[in-house]
Amino acid sequence: MSHDEDHSFSAKEKLAYMANQIATFFRSKPRDEGVAGVADHINKFWEPRMRRQFFEMIDAGGKGFDELVTAAAPKVRRPKPEPTSFE
Amino acid sequence: MGLIQEIDYGTPASNAEKQVTLTVDGFTVTVPEGTSIMRASMDAGIQVPKLCATDMVDAFGSCRLCLVEIEGRAGTPASCTTPVAPGMVVHTQTSRLKDIRKGVMELYISDHPLDCLTCAANGDCELQDMAGAVGLRDVRYGYEGDNHVRAKNDGVQNFKWMPKDESNPYFTYDPSKCIVCSRCVRACEEVQGTFALTIEGRGFDSRVSPGMHQLFLDSECVSCGACVQACPTATLTEKSVIQIGQPEHSVVTTCAYCGVGCSFKAEMRGEELVRMVPYKDGQANRGHSCVKGRFAYGYATHKERILKPMIREKISDPWREVSWEDALTHTANEFRRIQYQYGRSAVGGITSSRCTNEETYLVQKLIRQGFGNNNVDTCARVCHSPTGYGLGQAFGTSAGTQDFDSVEESDVIMVIGANPSAAHPVFASRMKKRIRQGAKLIVLDPRVTETVDSVHARAEFHLPLKPGTNVAVVTALAHVIVTEGLHDEAFIREHCDWSEFEDWASFVAEERNSPEAVENLSGVPADLIRGAARLYATGGNAAIYYGLGVTEHSQGSTTVMAIANLAMATGNIGRRGVGVNPLRGQNNVQGSCDMGSFPHELPGYRHISGDSTREIYESLWGVKLDNEPGLRIPNMLDAAVEGTFKGIYIQGEDILQSDPDTKHVSAGLAAMECVVVHDLFLNETANYAHVFLPGSTFLEKDGTFTNAERRINRVRKVMAPKNGYADWEVTQLMAKAMGLNWSYAHPSEIMDEIAATTPSFAGVSYDLLEEVGSVQWPCNEKAPLGTPIMHVNGFVRSKGKFIRTEYVATDEKTGPRFPLLLTTGRILSQYNVGAQTRRTDNVVWHAEDRLEIHPHDAEQRGIRDGDWVRLASRAGETTLRALITDRVSPGVVYTTFHHPDTQANVITTDFSDWATNCPEYKVTAVQVTPSNGQSDWQVDYRDLSRRSRRIEGRLDAAE
Repeated sequence: MSHDEDHSFSAKEKLAYMANQIATFFRSKPRDEGVAGVADHINKFWEPRMRRQFFEMIDAGGKGFDELVTAAAPKVRRPKPEPTSFE
Repeated sequence: MGLIQEIDYGTPASNAEKQVTLTVDGFTVTVPEGTSIMRASMDAGIQVPKLCATDMVDAFGSCRLCLVEIEGRAGTPASCTTPVAPGMVVHTQTSRLKDIRKGVMELYISDHPLDCLTCAANGDCELQDMAGAVGLRDVRYGYEGDNHVRAKNDGVQNFKWMPKDESNPYFTYDPSKCIVCSRCVRACEEVQGTFALTIEGRGFDSRVSPGMHQLFLDSECVSCGACVQACPTATLTEKSVIQIGQPEHSVVTTCAYCGVGCSFKAEMRGEELVRMVPYKDGQANRGHSCVKGRFAYGYATHKERILKPMIREKISDPWREVSWEDALTHTANEFRRIQYQYGRSAVGGITSSRCTNEETYLVQKLIRQGFGNNNVDTCARVCHSPTGYGLGQAFGTSAGTQDFDSVEESDVIMVIGANPSAAHPVFASRMKKRIRQGAKLIVLDPRVTETVDSVHARAEFHLPLKPGTNVAVVTALAHVIVTEGLHDEAFIREHCDWSEFEDWASFVAEERNSPEAVENLSGVPADLIRGAARLYATGGNAAIYYGLGVTEHSQGSTTVMAIANLAMATGNIGRRGVGVNPLRGQNNVQGSCDMGSFPHELPGYRHISGDSTREIYESLWGVKLDNEPGLRIPNMLDAAVEGTFKGIYIQGEDILQSDPDTKHVSAGLAAMECVVVHDLFLNETANYAHVFLPGSTFLEKDGTFTNAERRINRVRKVMAPKNGYADWEVTQLMAKAMGLNWSYAHPSEIMDEIAATTPSFAGVSYDLLEEVGSVQWPCNEKAPLGTPIMHVNGFVRSKGKFIRTEYVATDEKTGPRFPLLLTTGRILSQYNVGAQTRRTDNVVWHAEDRLEIHPHDAEQRGIRDGDWVRLASRAGETTLRALITDRVSPGVVYTTFHHPDTQANVITTDFSDWATNCPEYKVTAVQVTPSNGQSDWQVDYRDLSRRSRRIEGRLDAAE
């Protein structure tokens, strides 16, 4: 992802950037651990609507994602549909 | 309830193990070897008269009042400077001693004003006490002749007389009342470590002098108050005591500024606070203080404090004062409306690192139980969230490993990305004391901070690294340790996973991690890195203290892990004098993290997805808890801009000023339909609020704060909340308005709930705190009195984990348009966004934020000292005045963020730590150019602030 001066991120670009940052850290681990690490991190810290957006992008071809993120995607938990009202 | 009178033993305690028995006035007393006769006598309950001795400083032996007679020894030695010996027989009161003491007192009083009735120290004057103690009845020398007391002698100017120095906003120096006991000079030197005071002249000409015969305010004095506390007369006196009079009762409580968590006696007259005096039994501060905790409490009664709840429909409307009931009913209805309209997860809240543990616990409970989601976060997000993540990964606990006392046994102290002299002053004083005793200091910081270079405490190695290169430099330190074989194999084999170590060691040993390779990108000469690494690994007990210069980076969490690696590799963990210690910015950052303020975990750092943990709370609270992590602060703002997050309850945090990329924060807030700000003042965030709930100060409530050493300290109410309710009561009222069945009668009941549900707090109760003063968590069956040092017999996560720390350059890069790197920090007199300290006399030391710039960079741009400059980044621009200094390297500029007019965070970007989204405050590419005045943003913003602070029925805006 480029960082042109004066460019501000869209929400999805930001999400992809965050996912890629996580992948960058886990790249120094052995492959299996790295894939599991990325998925685990996203599962632990990303709120469902962030994961929902994440999957929208993955399902649309995963453009902009680091290869390690794409590899980890199947291990990321798909969120349940948004609860519509307060029960 | 009376005034707490702490015993002054006259000289410091001896730590010797060997005991000595002697006789004082016929009583047998046993004390540690090295104890003074004065202290031993006090132990036996016998107070030897004294003036120049006090137990905060070493004995000096100058007043000649504490003389004693010892059987078998000639003369009358001073009891303060004479150590005890086995079998010694001491007499503290003989006719010879009585005569000498009376003579000494006559001399003192012959050059002292006799205005005792109108003197501010009346009732709290040791000179007065000693005159009484020795039975002084007349002064044979009279009061005429040479003196320091009167401005004129027989109509002729008296050059020995000096006028009162009232330059310091908080205390006065009246030389006419000085007895030259040197207690202030020694307190400044030994306790504070600033060396601002000295005795000038000799004999009868001797005077206390700040700096080079300067006013206090013009000298190096940092206004810590140690001299005022040490003064036995009215020479150094708090202005508040002069104005109000002596206090009549006092209550021990905890400072609400930084994460050191100093204990103070709040000395009161009725409900009026007379002064704050550091408490000697305070286990974090041991009787010391800084200018903020000691003096800067005036904000509590500042005229801008808002005391009535207010609401408004639109943020362009003026505020309307309403009853508590109306405000809370309105808030509850709005949150419920938003949830019905936009979904359960469309609301959330922020807990405060300035509020108590109990209050923080309630806010996260309100969100989890009442809102039915986990959208709760806290300002630790923007400061120490990488500490929680990094130390949790490496050691298994999200907290520092030591107590502050531990520094007394350190031989090497490495400070990374922190400037304790400014931000954690009381810890800095304790650290500098140890350095003066011979410990060595290593500092990693882009600037030559006060910590790098202070009087008699200079860093052995200062590594002036380029902002953003922490991981590279810390990994290079590890490279040296591993390749030179300086690691502690026995420790690693016993406490860590050996194969993980080997993997890590092979990584750090790679050539690209060598100091020589890292020199180019960090700007730190390789030999400095090598020297620092050798000293850290081989210099004895080595401790690391670090601050936000470590965490507030894209690789903040990685640096924390790199630091943990260093400590494990050298075996510097699990005993006194060593360890890894985050210096926490705010009073209760540690506590707010402990109390489940993060969206992914329940109290005690237990992940929300854990069924058994959730069940504990589900059965207690009677609701089903969401098992998904909630939104973090930056995610909440993103979601707000997108339209899926519409309401927020913010207790005691000013995210508009403190969070990065101000324009993004304001866009997020402006997109919400119900912003509830619960605070003391109409802060910057309140410009975008629909409901304002007045908050209470730390003086107005009971509770606990947890400091950087995991110490749970009591906060005690000394006056009724001026706004009507303590903050925990407000949250409870809101919960009730939302239909929750809460009925806490006192914060102790909230702590009981925390203890009952959180294993690391299981043993904590107000009764225990009352009994022992404070405890450090974990406090439970295994450690009934708490845990001063962590990981003593192995790590909490069983084996310490070595983690590869690959350096990745931040994407915030300099280029032709933005060629300089901006980094940010604090100064001593101000605190965080300044909402409190700007509303005190501390502004005399720091009336505005300045941009520090190197002379070379300034000259290139035609900037002179004091000029207005425009500071621009890709996020925004602002203006402030330049301060030309070589404290910063060429290519680096620095500013503080204490003033809303400057809005330094208009400049900072939305880059953040990969693991926690902690913003990258410490690196922003900027350009600096001369400017005529304020930026459009500043002008517009000031206008917005003025408009949004209007209150119906009041002529003036609230600020």
